[in-house]
Amino acid sequence: MRTLRRPTHRAAPGAVGRRGAAGLGRLFGPVRDARGMAKWVLWIGLGITVLFIVLAVFAPLVAPYDFDQYRNAEGIRFGKQAPPSAAHLFGTNVLSTDVLSRVIFGSRTALTVVVIAVVFALAVGLPLGLISGYFGHKLDRVLVLVMDALFAFPYLLLAIVIAFLLSETIGRGVMSAAVAIAVVYIPQYFRVVRNHVISVREEPYVEAARALGARPRTIIVRYVLFNVIQTVPVIATLNAADAILTLAALGFLGYGIQPTDAAEWGYDIQRAIADAGSGIWWTGLWPGVAIVLLVTGLTLLGEGLNDVLNPVLRRRRIERVDLPSREARVLEPGGEA
Amino acid sequence: MAKQSTSLRTYALTRLGLALPMVLLLLTLVFILMRVAPGDPISAALGGRLPAEELARRRAAAGYDRSLVVQYFDYLGDVARGDFGQTISDNRSVTGLIVQNGAATLELTLVAMLIAVGVGTLVGLVSGRLRDTPADAAGRLFGIVIYAAPIFFLGFLAQLVFGKWLGLLPTSGRASPVVVFTMDSPTNLFIVDALIGGDMEALGDVLRHLVMPATTLGLVIGGVFIRLVRVNVLQTLQGDYVEAARARGVRERHVVFRHAFKNALVPVITVMGLQFALLLSGAILTEQTFNWPGLGSELVRYLDNRDYIAVQGIITFVALVVVVVSMLIDLINAWVDPRVRYA
Repeated sequence: MRTLRRPTHRAAPGAVGRRGAAGLGRLFGPVRDARGMAKWVLWIGLGITVLFIVLAVFAPLVAPYDFDQYRNAEGIRFGKQAPPSAAHLFGTNVLSTDVLSRVIFGSRTALTVVVIAVVFALAVGLPLGLISGYFGHKLDRVLVLVMDALFAFPYLLLAIVIAFLLSETIGRGVMSAAVAIAVVYIPQYFRVVRNHVISVREEPYVEAARALGARPRTIIVRYVLFNVIQTVPVIATLNAADAILTLAALGFLGYGIQPTDAAEWGYDIQRAIADAGSGIWWTGLWPGVAIVLLVTGLTLLGEGLNDVLNPVLRRRRIERVDLPSREARVLEPGGEA
Repeated sequence: MAKQSTSLRTYALTRLGLALPMVLLLLTLVFILMRVAPGDPISAALGGRLPAEELARRRAAAGYDRSLVVQYFDYLGDVARGDFGQTISDNRSVTGLIVQNGAATLELTLVAMLIAVGVGTLVGLVSGRLRDTPADAAGRLFGIVIYAAPIFFLGFLAQLVFGKWLGLLPTSGRASPVVVFTMDSPTNLFIVDALIGGDMEALGDVLRHLVMPATTLGLVIGGVFIRLVRVNVLQTLQGDYVEAARARGVRERHVVFRHAFKNALVPVITVMGLQFALLLSGAILTEQTFNWPGLGSELVRYLDNRDYIAVQGIITFVALVVVVVSMLIDLINAWVDPRVRYA
């Protein structure tokens, strides 16, 4: 099994297809072998995440109303802050829109923004980490200093200020929210990738490639990247979970997506805070539950992947060993022990 | 003894030397960020409300017609002198604002951190000791779910349950208006002020206002400590010295408390420092949820007013605090754990 899973750096040049298959095998083989708690964590996380992806994709079909619809087909206005009923399972909010529909459309907003943000962060953090870790020297020092500074800064403050500045220039949309969130996570990818590259850089097979005269580009892409990239699914999933929270926080503070453009959970909770004083629970509860569920789902998925992919943490089923009890051994001095 | 203290001093000096470029870098980042915005601070805040000549006059008076390089060094000089400028929208001194509203944030975050460490270590220790039991599963699940809950959502639920339904706690502000107006506040830390004044009624009022915001923030941060302490307990319980203690016949209770738990708690100090950024981010949300008049809610208010000077002042201050805190944590670490100094 082990030899089957390690061929990436030994693959013949040009065997791209084989290398891709090995990469997938690397991911799915251990998932199949997973046992115990890790397996449950992984599957529950996957289940919740898939549920939200389905809701996001089919939102217009699943949701009873549009996210900004405040009157029915006959033009009669929905009740304002109406409690849950047959027509509005989760009730309506202060703008007379249907809470259930907003929760469902909110998953679309959340997943879209987060996917774009993670891709952005990865697209910047990964290459910078590779270059910084591989070449080292002055460039590395400067980059590390800048990234450390960004990392030490309260992430929400950074995100708010960037979201604010972007809203002044390109407007408050999915893109500006995604960029503001991405900036927060770039240092994390950079750090993980850089540190991993530094340890991989000294491996004998990289040295061998260098001795054979391979160009830095070739070494980085073919030998270093494929070893480093394994850590990416885990970090990306965990970051996505965190990014959902950051997006909601931006929305809550009024620096997320323009409320007329899309339904967003954080914004809905901000509107609901005032409702708490009047005992109106349904406007804030459901968007909050949606956030908690999706973040928990993504976290479990990430943790499960980590447990399964990380050989150090991997726990396989252990066979029970029955040793003879101490009394038994004492009573039988002539025994084989 | 003498040798040890010199090495700690050397470490402190080296660490201080490393902090300076970090400060310069952060200040530069802040300056660039604030200048990327279209227009200058004066036009952003007052544009459209003043005639063009008046606007130009004010811009010149504030020095925004000079080159960026000059403005940059001006900014660095001001910060070095501790001058963060005057806000545009309400003409307050930013330094005064930091002292006044910063105290509210400090009070909130300190108490929240205490709660976080308390809850985190307790749940983490129990969870780690009783590995793979239902108690452990519950502890881990609590850690994950609490971390997944946005602070403002927990705040919403708390306001609903403890504020509205049970009517136990106030949901907004630092104290009742009467207390705010009548109490002398030399430190701006209301708990301390009430204690100095010896006013027990005011103290009760202040504490009642503090309970919900601090607990909400503390619980969310506590999720991180649960995970950390649990993993540390698992590791220390497998340590050779724990096995050795057991082999010597030390009572199990003693092994767990004295040998395992004590060592499992050492990294908590480091992580407390690392959570500082998270704590400040959480404070912004907590303050906004509970109308807590701290730096975070002021920042959001000034952003809404497009008051770049106030925003720049506040984030500059936060940047300085970040550097100082990370330095302090490193020094404490070096003091507690001599291995750090020799690395």
